[in-house]
Amino acid sequence: MTTRIVELRRGILKKNDELAAGLRASYMAAGVLTLNLVSSPGTGKTAFLERTLRELRARGSRVAALVGDLETDNDARRLASSGAPVRQINTHGICHLDAEMIAKHLDGWPDVALGGVPLGGLDYLFIENVGNLVCPSSYDLGEAIRVAMLSVTEGEDKPLKYPTLFNSADAAVITKMDLAEPCGFDRETALRNMNEIRPGIRIFETSAKTGAGMEEWFTYLAEERAARS
Amino acid sequence: MHELSIVTSIVESVTESLAAYPGARVLEVRLRVGALASVVPESLEFCYPIATEGTPLEGSRLVVNVLPVVMHCAPCGQDVELEGVQSFRCPRCGEPCSDMRQGREMEIESYEIDELPNNEIAKDKVEAKI
Repeated sequence: MTTRIVELRRGILKKNDELAAGLRASYMAAGVLTLNLVSSPGTGKTAFLERTLRELRARGSRVAALVGDLETDNDARRLASSGAPVRQINTHGICHLDAEMIAKHLDGWPDVALGGVPLGGLDYLFIENVGNLVCPSSYDLGEAIRVAMLSVTEGEDKPLKYPTLFNSADAAVITKMDLAEPCGFDRETALRNMNEIRPGIRIFETSAKTGAGMEEWFTYLAEERAARS
Repeated sequence: MHELSIVTSIVESVTESLAAYPGARVLEVRLRVGALASVVPESLEFCYPIATEGTPLEGSRLVVNVLPVVMHCAPCGQDVELEGVQSFRCPRCGEPCSDMRQGREMEIESYEIDELPNNEIAKDKVEAKI
């Protein structure tokens, strides 16, 4: 028996990464700021996004959303009530979104195209990932900004428990701040833990119910978009 | 649990590369996985026999080499290895660091094959019979 070692040096997710690079280039070309929202199930991604879409639209921004879930189009219907174009991605058991799913759902989406340019009619594209703090961190969707989300009901040590996701995030959003007091949320510890895992990360303390912290979030979005165009 | 998807990607990549070695049998596949790659080596090993069944990788070993996180510490002016992933501070000076140099890798480093092609084995057998 003759054995041979074949050097491959190939990224396991090379196919996803190449596809994501192509998506990133098309977002750039269309001048759309794309964000990937990641959290556990129940953090309030949909409520936060619903308010974000509604308010951005009221301010004249052109927005759209892709939303990932294992099953049902419940979230897409909720988000569509904001008036923004929304597409549901059902993964049928897969625990994360990948670049191929995004490409497939963006393909031929007339509501968000402009003058023949796919996505050309948009200022912001939000991707609500499948509720999961582990697997989505491995899959680049071509987003400009990855947002890690955490609710006050989840425990301040989540960033320490899920360092992979929090370390790869560009910004963090704390949701349900209106419940901080009854939940005994230890704000200082939560902020410290986030900074321990991702030093200097921008953190937004929000409530989709009361609107607290949303103004800072919108300012951030506008600044990030301006910085890239 | 996305390890099955990851193992499936490994099988696809190696099978594609194997086209250059017709008839070869894979003995071992070696991975380099960063400590922050969000994959669990044990889960990869668990999924591996399932994903390789009926492929040229069936029966091969999976070796996962886990790489520690390495950050660049600006004040120290050098790359430092972190002991864990609970704190992104330089273990030398204690300053927070965000410039990662290693830790997210997810790569097939190499694979080992048995080069004696199956068709030759078959030919030997035929000749022996004659």
